[in-house]
Amino acid sequence: MDLYQELILEHSKRPHHAGLRQPFGAEVHHVNPTCGDEVTLRVDVEGEGLDAVVRDVSYDALGCSISTASTSVLTDEVIGRTVREAMTTHEAMRAMLTSKGEDAGDEDVLGDGVAFAGVAKYPARVKCALLGWMAFTDALHQAGIDTTSESGTTAATNTAL
Amino acid sequence: MASTTTFSDEELARIRAGFPILSRTVRDGRPLVYLDSGATSQRYAGALDAERAFSEEVNAAVHRGAHQLSEEATDRYEGARATVAGFVGGATDEVVFTKNATESLNLVAYGFSGSVAGEAKDPRLDLGPGDEILITEMEHHANLVPWQELARRTGATLRWVGVTDDGRLDLEGAHGPALGELLTERTKVFAFTHVSNVLGTVNPVRRLSEAARAVGALTVLDACQSAPHLALDVAALGVDFAAFSGHKMYGPTGVGVLWGRHELLAAMPPFITGGSMIETVRMESTTYAAPPQRFEAGSPNAAQAVGLAAAIDWLGELGMDRLHAHELALTERLLAGLAERPWVRVVGPTDTTDRGSAVAFVVDGVHAHDVGQVLDDQGVEARVGHHCAWPLHRRLRATATTRASLAAYTTPAEVDVLLDALDRVPAVFGVAS
Repeated sequence: MDLYQELILEHSKRPHHAGLRQPFGAEVHHVNPTCGDEVTLRVDVEGEGLDAVVRDVSYDALGCSISTASTSVLTDEVIGRTVREAMTTHEAMRAMLTSKGEDAGDEDVLGDGVAFAGVAKYPARVKCALLGWMAFTDALHQAGIDTTSESGTTAATNTAL
Repeated sequence: MASTTTFSDEELARIRAGFPILSRTVRDGRPLVYLDSGATSQRYAGALDAERAFSEEVNAAVHRGAHQLSEEATDRYEGARATVAGFVGGATDEVVFTKNATESLNLVAYGFSGSVAGEAKDPRLDLGPGDEILITEMEHHANLVPWQELARRTGATLRWVGVTDDGRLDLEGAHGPALGELLTERTKVFAFTHVSNVLGTVNPVRRLSEAARAVGALTVLDACQSAPHLALDVAALGVDFAAFSGHKMYGPTGVGVLWGRHELLAAMPPFITGGSMIETVRMESTTYAAPPQRFEAGSPNAAQAVGLAAAIDWLGELGMDRLHAHELALTERLLAGLAERPWVRVVGPTDTTDRGSAVAFVVDGVHAHDVGQVLDDQGVEARVGHHCAWPLHRRLRATATTRASLAAYTTPAEVDVLLDALDRVPAVFGVAS
């Protein structure tokens, strides 16, 4: 099965940056109502707007391999980066996942996230792969970060699936 | 029942021929192994034919107009009602066609908000603070949320019968209050499922309805998971209302049934109002038609009701006792196979005593979504998640389960395909097997 790439299985077995840590600017709780998966996620950010820096993302997740691994990869990709970079990665991730397999993903932007390209062929699993990202974006907003880009459009937030 | 035989290979082949979808393939040419009939069954071709014949031969507004087509359409629609009534052992004017069982259950729950406007209030249907609504912890959300809402609107208190570790109703109070403590003179209504959509548990309906009657509580039976599998007899079950859906019993979507004792339906307010459910309408006020019309506002789903009746006729031809024997034998095969796999934990009864054919399980260390994905890759369509019974999953300490639910067209070979497919799961996710 091309869905379960080795990278995904590795991340799901040993998720990076797992656990809830101090300090944090906001904490959110997101669920996937169809399967009952849950994630509690905290962000610690410094600065304002798109230039703010993500100092830490910590989480406690209960979910399938896809959602667990995706949240693990998220932390690898956004910790230490600016919100602008994080939003670019989120948008690229969302574009790939909702492309029905047309968009294979760019490893330079997505890092280990490219391993999720196969998820796009299984529409029922896209929500799993985005659960952590939705929680992360929500947490940034809760922490008072405006993720609206300079052009005035909101960078990927709770895009309807 | 011991003398009842299961279907022969020839009979099973003939049954399957009535479901063309079963011959399709999925995921790169694998034969479809459909084990999700508990969510929605496949449609019997004869039910689709009846639906189409209604539309091609007699389609017209039912219960309106005096032209010939309308008369013929009304005849078929009312004929479908008579078929449903016969199926549950009730009277024709006790059968209400709804959109689905969820609507049926909401309709009943709404009925407890007070009796028909302008008439003397029926105390049995007029809930308020101090009154209690009793449900169980194994309910589908459709037989749970409407009761929470009723409690919220009326100020009544919602209580529930717990579930034991092996997936039965905790009637003796091993983990919480016993039925005798929960079901009191304060209880106005006791709503419970006949067969759990997750665990497969068959509840002792007669015992529950008798206990309810003894304290003057009305009973509402969620029969969604029993109507397609067991002979239903509302009088023998002793309940006051029963709800089920067409699409889970080989019929069309968009049609459900509420059966209710006539004198209770006659005391209940309408749930949805408009055309077809009135007696007289003036600008100031309206009086309502007698049941079942009172509860069928707007143009009804006549073609779907006719399709459902055809599915019911077909179930009658199969014989509910033989169907049950067939499904029980398959369930036994599945449970035995799962028992040979120590890395699988069945959630619910592990033998076939008082059990239906839904079997939910967890694979140690692997999320149900991932189990389902591996099964799907091999053509096995099972349900994953909490199956609209989230509190039950919490109670049994499972985030989500994988559920195989069997049907008339399920073969022993398909059960074996599921078991073989399952064997791939530990290897894919690197867990012990």
